[in-house]
Amino acid sequence: MSKRVKKYETSGFAVLKRLLSYTRPYGFYLAFTLISSVISALATLYAPVLIGDAVDHIIDTGNVDFDKIKPIIIQLAVVVIVGAVFQWFMGYCTNILTQRTVRDMRIMAFDKLEKVPLRYIDTTPHGDIISRVVTDIDTISDGLLQGFQQIFTGVVTIIGTLCFMFSINVSIALVVVLITPVSLVVASTIARLCSKKFKEQAKLRGQVTAMAEEYIGNQKVVKAFSYENRTEEDFERLNMELYRVGVRAQFYSALTNPSTRFVNGLVYAGVGIFGALSAISGMGGITVGQLYCFLSYANQYTKPFNEISGVVTELQSAFASARRIFAMIDSEDEPSDENNKVLTDAEGNVKLDSVEFSYLPEQELIKDLTLDVKKGQQIAIVGPTGCGKTTIINLLMRFYDTVSGSISVDGNNIKELTRDSLRLNYGMVLQETWIFEGTVRDNIAYGKPDATDAEIINAAKAAHCHSFIKRMKKGYDTVISDNSGISQGQKQLLCIARVMLTMPPMLILDEATSSIDTRTEMKIQSAFRKMTEGKTSFIVAHRLSTIKEADCILVMNKGRIIEVGNHNQLLAKGGFYADLYNSQFKKT
Amino acid sequence: MFRLVKYLKKYKLQVILGPVFKLTEAVFELIVPLVMAEIINVGIKNNDSDYIWKMGGVLVILGVLGLTFALICQYMASKASQGFGTELRRELFHHISTLSHSELDEFGTPSLITRLTSDINQLQVAVAMLIRLVVRAPFLVIGSTIMAFTINVKLALIFLAVIPMVALVLWLVTTKTVPFYKTIQQKLDKTSLITRENLVGARAVRAFAKQEHEQKRFKDNAQDIEQAAVRAGKISALLSPVNAIILNLAIVLIVWFGGFAVDTGSLTQGEVIALVNYLNQILLALVVVANLVVIFTKSAACAARVNEVFDTKPSVNENSVNAMADTNAPAVVFKDVYFSYHDNGEYALQNISFTANKGETIGIIGGTGSGKSTLINLIPRFYDANKGEVMVFGNNVADYSFSELRRKIGIVPQKAVLFSGTLRENMRWGDENATDEEIDKALSIAQAKEFTDTLPEGLDTMILQGGKNFSGGQKQRLTIARALVSKPDILILDDSASALDFATDARLRSAIKENSRDMTVFIISQRANSVKAADKIIVLSDGEVEGIGTHRELLQSCPEYCQICLSQFSPEELEKEINGDE
Repeated sequence: MSKRVKKYETSGFAVLKRLLSYTRPYGFYLAFTLISSVISALATLYAPVLIGDAVDHIIDTGNVDFDKIKPIIIQLAVVVIVGAVFQWFMGYCTNILTQRTVRDMRIMAFDKLEKVPLRYIDTTPHGDIISRVVTDIDTISDGLLQGFQQIFTGVVTIIGTLCFMFSINVSIALVVVLITPVSLVVASTIARLCSKKFKEQAKLRGQVTAMAEEYIGNQKVVKAFSYENRTEEDFERLNMELYRVGVRAQFYSALTNPSTRFVNGLVYAGVGIFGALSAISGMGGITVGQLYCFLSYANQYTKPFNEISGVVTELQSAFASARRIFAMIDSEDEPSDENNKVLTDAEGNVKLDSVEFSYLPEQELIKDLTLDVKKGQQIAIVGPTGCGKTTIINLLMRFYDTVSGSISVDGNNIKELTRDSLRLNYGMVLQETWIFEGTVRDNIAYGKPDATDAEIINAAKAAHCHSFIKRMKKGYDTVISDNSGISQGQKQLLCIARVMLTMPPMLILDEATSSIDTRTEMKIQSAFRKMTEGKTSFIVAHRLSTIKEADCILVMNKGRIIEVGNHNQLLAKGGFYADLYNSQFKKT
Repeated sequence: MFRLVKYLKKYKLQVILGPVFKLTEAVFELIVPLVMAEIINVGIKNNDSDYIWKMGGVLVILGVLGLTFALICQYMASKASQGFGTELRRELFHHISTLSHSELDEFGTPSLITRLTSDINQLQVAVAMLIRLVVRAPFLVIGSTIMAFTINVKLALIFLAVIPMVALVLWLVTTKTVPFYKTIQQKLDKTSLITRENLVGARAVRAFAKQEHEQKRFKDNAQDIEQAAVRAGKISALLSPVNAIILNLAIVLIVWFGGFAVDTGSLTQGEVIALVNYLNQILLALVVVANLVVIFTKSAACAARVNEVFDTKPSVNENSVNAMADTNAPAVVFKDVYFSYHDNGEYALQNISFTANKGETIGIIGGTGSGKSTLINLIPRFYDANKGEVMVFGNNVADYSFSELRRKIGIVPQKAVLFSGTLRENMRWGDENATDEEIDKALSIAQAKEFTDTLPEGLDTMILQGGKNFSGGQKQRLTIARALVSKPDILILDDSASALDFATDARLRSAIKENSRDMTVFIISQRANSVKAADKIIVLSDGEVEGIGTHRELLQSCPEYCQICLSQFSPEELEKEINGDE
């Protein structure tokens, strides 16, 4: 993983604060949750009191006061129904609150992917990012939902029972209050223990996803090598690691509930013994009936602590996931270009001035590259693989920024232009095709969503894909995706159609026709030629036949331009290019 | 969902003992109030402080025992549920490995991954809950009902009326929410699909400045998830309140009719209190059940998705016969082969027949979508032919085991894929025991040595996921080397030199020839140059053979081939080729 992915090592409290800040837009629901939980908790506390009252009027045979019972029962029914209605409100509101909050976070995380420098995407395992956007967000959602539901009612119940207890006997109530922190300490100790395990677990889950992504995504290669068993072994190794960590994480988190319950049991026993002894000695001024009542409230009082501490572990797990999401959200954006100039309808004078670049500081790739491209010229870049041809395109499109030196279009330093406007002035077709899940039509019209059917069909015809599209089940409305039955060459043709439709002022073709047969390629070349007439274009190609007519051929080797000139000049020179060109016809 | 229970088999002990310990703990919990009652009834009544201390001690012991049992139960639940998840993940991953290409295409990677990860996580939670809670709740419900019957049969009938009502509510809520959870899981698949597309296509998205469009696409999907989740939540939030109403109204009935019973002397006040307490006990148990129901409905949707994968059987299967290769037979023979990707679709290959002898080089050339890749995919049995026979070394390909067949074949796919790990590990894919010398040899044949030699860490160089730290052409050469390491009898290069310049490509081909005279080599290419020297060239067009022969023969007999050549060579060159040596 890249060093730029910051570790989000902050306290649970800071994470909580930040999570809560995302609920702010839904403050209304939060307030309503609060009110509803107060009402429903009070109703829950009040119902037993009413039942007790009613039972007090059912004393003995022939001694039942139905006149008094009736209004109490009606009251009870009302309290129960009101309590239930507000309990539903609470459930409803917390649900909306949680779902909208995590939706926002999920969108935020994804939005980030569109803003980070490409370096981030190139260097972070994709499976790990996907795991964040899918699984981690789900974990946060579970944690928040539980949290909102339990904590408010819990707090209200605690306060309510405390009031009742203090109204019965202050000194014993104080004993209870003083012992309570013990259970909190236990809970928080365990929570701290868990948080490390949860972090480990979330990380391992990310690794499992990354491995699955790699092996399942390339299952066809795995099969070709009969490598299934060994991928399974690899997977099993990580799987067992996850098991080991998972059992611990889950067990530690499951410690909380029994432990706090144990502490509560001790509180209960303590109250019983203390109360009973003071009842015998007559010093505490407590009656048997009061003790009975007290014990039942003490019991009610401790219950929310269990629930809350249960929620705390769930929250720990959510926090671990939240940290991963925050780390993603906080990764650095590409520097803002809001105030930069917008490039429209570029003329196409492109200038590279002593450009230097390397992906890794220790591995210099492009050194002192200077180039002056005039409007309408066709520039071909050739050279052995790995000599930096694709890197030039990364720089022209500003997928990466130069380390030093500058690139300018029509006299504007591209760093002073908005990235989008710069990129829109180029039509780019790469060797690596990209098809998204959607109809053929949507795929072609990607760069021009408002294109008419006629325009789309014309572009498809120019790219020679009309005929095979027509043969598809639903023609232009057939839904395709990256791994659906179309061939690599067909995908490349669709990508070309995409660019044919937008007709940008400059063109970048990086091995754009490598998977297409040569006859179709020739036709496409002529279409490109028509399209690029008077436009600046950059072409990376191995088939030297396709670039013979370029105005200027750059021959690159090891990051440096070693020869410049047109085809005939370079042949006459008898250098690197000539060797390269003649090797095509060498008898093998 | 219950079909997945078999993955708990190894954890039988935990699954049975966990709830038993939990139950024991629950029983202790029920004893505590009784002990307390004794303290009050006996200890205080008799002013016996010794007794109070003694019983207080019992309370503490009960607490300790309860804690111990609860911890044991939690440990068992953790072990069993995580173990279950681990087993299930392993089996699912294994099952995915057995699927053939068509099924993999059908599901798509992102969907398989969510199933393998988040669906299984959800099921894991369900198992833990099952062990921790599922026994306790019914125990309390049934126990309380039985206790009610021992007190007063008539009033206990109210209990019997309550239980089916509660069950009905549970059933309604479950059936209403299941479809929403299914939707949510589908949309989660889509979430990972869109994320994946945007990671893979980051350059394309930015080149068209479509970031906002993609953001909207993702946002719409996220909104769908939210809406489905809110709807499901709205319904499941009904569960507890409705149950609370049912039970509290039952309490009202108990108090009212209990009042009459007390009035006539058939019940005491204490017994009314006891009945109310039992109803409250049930209510508390139902709160837990409500949570369980939500978890289980979610899990049912996940289980269905996992089972869907398990239910998918590979379309290409190993037969029981295990043929032995006849090394004297031709390496590959196609006899009247027909193939279609879809059951009723057009044939992607029609009437293909040819023979490739041992040591021959076979070129396959043809337009985009002419069926070149499809053809060679039949040799290692990635797909099965619909009609006709594909033979390798004298036997039908279906008569070999997969590993036997595929060990003979080295494939270099169109898309150069490397895996994360060291370069050496990648090179050993075809042969685990390959020595560094063998790897070196393969690298040099594949023309990869010139750059691997400059790597400071040599074969220990780490390859990033997807081989991102190598260029397209470098990756292609590494994948070729990888296939060569296993010294296959048949080598298939599926347009795998497309990113190489001509010089390297030519050197590569002659190096392969020199080093492995007995190897049958299939070269698929768009370039006539790459196949020109082949012993046989198969010209494909729209899934049919247009011609088979040598370069020279085809130039004279096959117009399709001539056109291809014309598009790549100058007419004078061609003229020379045809007449040159004659």
